[in-house]
Amino acid sequence: MICTNRKEEVWSALNSVTDPEIDESVVSLEFVTDLRVDSQSRVEIDFHLPTYWCAPNFAFLMASDMRDAVAALGWVTEVSVKLADHFSADLINRGVALRQDFRDAFPGETDDDLSSVRQKFLGKAFERRQELLLRHLLAHGRTPEWIRSAQLSGLMELQLDPEGISLRNLYLFMMRRINPGASPESLVFVTVDGSPLDSGDFKGYLRHIAGVRRTAEFNGIFCRSLLGERVKRMQES
Amino acid sequence: MFTTKSGEKIFIVDGHVTLWDGSDENCKNRYGEEFIKCFYDYHKLSPQEYIWPYKKYQKYTEEDFEQDIFQNGYVDVAIFNPQYLGDFYYNGFSNISRNEAFRKKHPDRVITNGYWDPRNEEAGLKQLEKDFQRHNWSGLKLYTAEWKGDSKGWKLTDPWSYRYLEKSQELGLKNIHVHKGPTIRPLNKDAFDVADVDEVASMFPDLNFIVEHCGIPRLSDFTFIAAQEPNVYAGLAVVIALIHTRPRYFSEIMSELLFWVGPDRILFGSDYALWQPKWIIERFIDFELPEDLAAETGQITLEAKKKILGENAARLYNIDIPGRKKSAAPAESQTPEPAGTAASVA
Repeated sequence: MICTNRKEEVWSALNSVTDPEIDESVVSLEFVTDLRVDSQSRVEIDFHLPTYWCAPNFAFLMASDMRDAVAALGWVTEVSVKLADHFSADLINRGVALRQDFRDAFPGETDDDLSSVRQKFLGKAFERRQELLLRHLLAHGRTPEWIRSAQLSGLMELQLDPEGISLRNLYLFMMRRINPGASPESLVFVTVDGSPLDSGDFKGYLRHIAGVRRTAEFNGIFCRSLLGERVKRMQES
Repeated sequence: MFTTKSGEKIFIVDGHVTLWDGSDENCKNRYGEEFIKCFYDYHKLSPQEYIWPYKKYQKYTEEDFEQDIFQNGYVDVAIFNPQYLGDFYYNGFSNISRNEAFRKKHPDRVITNGYWDPRNEEAGLKQLEKDFQRHNWSGLKLYTAEWKGDSKGWKLTDPWSYRYLEKSQELGLKNIHVHKGPTIRPLNKDAFDVADVDEVASMFPDLNFIVEHCGIPRLSDFTFIAAQEPNVYAGLAVVIALIHTRPRYFSEIMSELLFWVGPDRILFGSDYALWQPKWIIERFIDFELPEDLAAETGQITLEAKKKILGENAARLYNIDIPGRKKSAAPAESQTPEPAGTAASVA
């Protein structure tokens, strides 16, 4: 019984880990194939990716994020994350187990610690979620003027339907990661650099972030199709 | 040539085709095997009736190519964009001698592009001159994610790459197809990054950079660059395959491309044998943007489709479409056409 609940806790922790390029959870993308919790509270997570060639930097980010999200559960004594069927599975699994930096996991092959790539994709996720929320607000009668001057407290107080509430939560989660110091009086809709939205080119800005949102969705479609075909192919052989 | 329902003849240039060999005999190692298997998963985005058995997909024949491209695929001119992958395959995944032999067989219908690798430094520059002469190259396909010994890739902005770009310009190899799309090992830094295209496009304004696969997965970064650089083009290979399985998303991406890049700088490519041009072209001719997207960018016109399917590539590769249509006309007029569709175009 305890184990079942603990497994659910692990699944729910993994649900907060996203593929940076798609901004969707590794669980909903079906990257996580299995997990086990043993009597000593050790957790093992198996995952795979849409292709044998998926970018190792993203694989490494996801694997470390899974490890950290699960390790944060109070009762967990040890986490092991295992990527399967990938050309650099061994290096990634080893690096994540030893809590290595990406540079040390792939010695001599990169001088990148992945912090810049992580930051860049947090920015894209921020824009994607903002676009979804703004489109919803505009469709429900909010004006561009209201949006440009809205404060964090104003957005929080807004009466929204369930879809709106969910979009607001997703956006605010990312906004707080980008701008942890935001106060209730802060402008809640700003660019990824923190600048207020330009009144002269609001439409152009929306078009730009719509492109970011579409790109993420487009990548999600490709990943799902390829993963589906790959799983079928491996089951057949 | 594709004939529309109203009888109009549309000249087709397929900007991205390959004759590849991913057979077991040619595979050097597991990487070669996994590479062709991954390609096969992409192939499954095709309509059911166009899916090949795996064995055929690994290595198809010149006759398959002629049938799928020229006879059934409406293609007037096909551009070979080869991928070498010498660390995975004994004779290369594509083979430039085989391409050139095929071009000799169809001199008016096949254009062969070549490649270079800046990591071959001085010796490679000399080789480029020789290859260019021997294989009648018209342009280049560059694959920055190619493995070579310990190196797992390079960038267009590397110092040796600049030397090669200068040499290409000197030889008149103006059309540079850059693979910016799904790749095999974008490890060092972030090889999906399209910023290197931005820099070289500004530095070499006389060269044309055709970004294959529109920079997937960085489509929005690509459109941003292409909007600023007049010599950057969008190669539709891979993207256009979604027209079958996910038409709504294809529409969204098409509206992005039309808005930022415009109909004069988008080039059709089937990426054969990943996908066959026949079904892609048939669907693309019938394709319309849904109302909400058309309201933003305007509806896609037949004129725009003609540019994308042939006229843009013809401009880059000096293909004389009116001349070609004229010389094709007598031969084609011998085939009886359905009543009421002919005459209006000639």
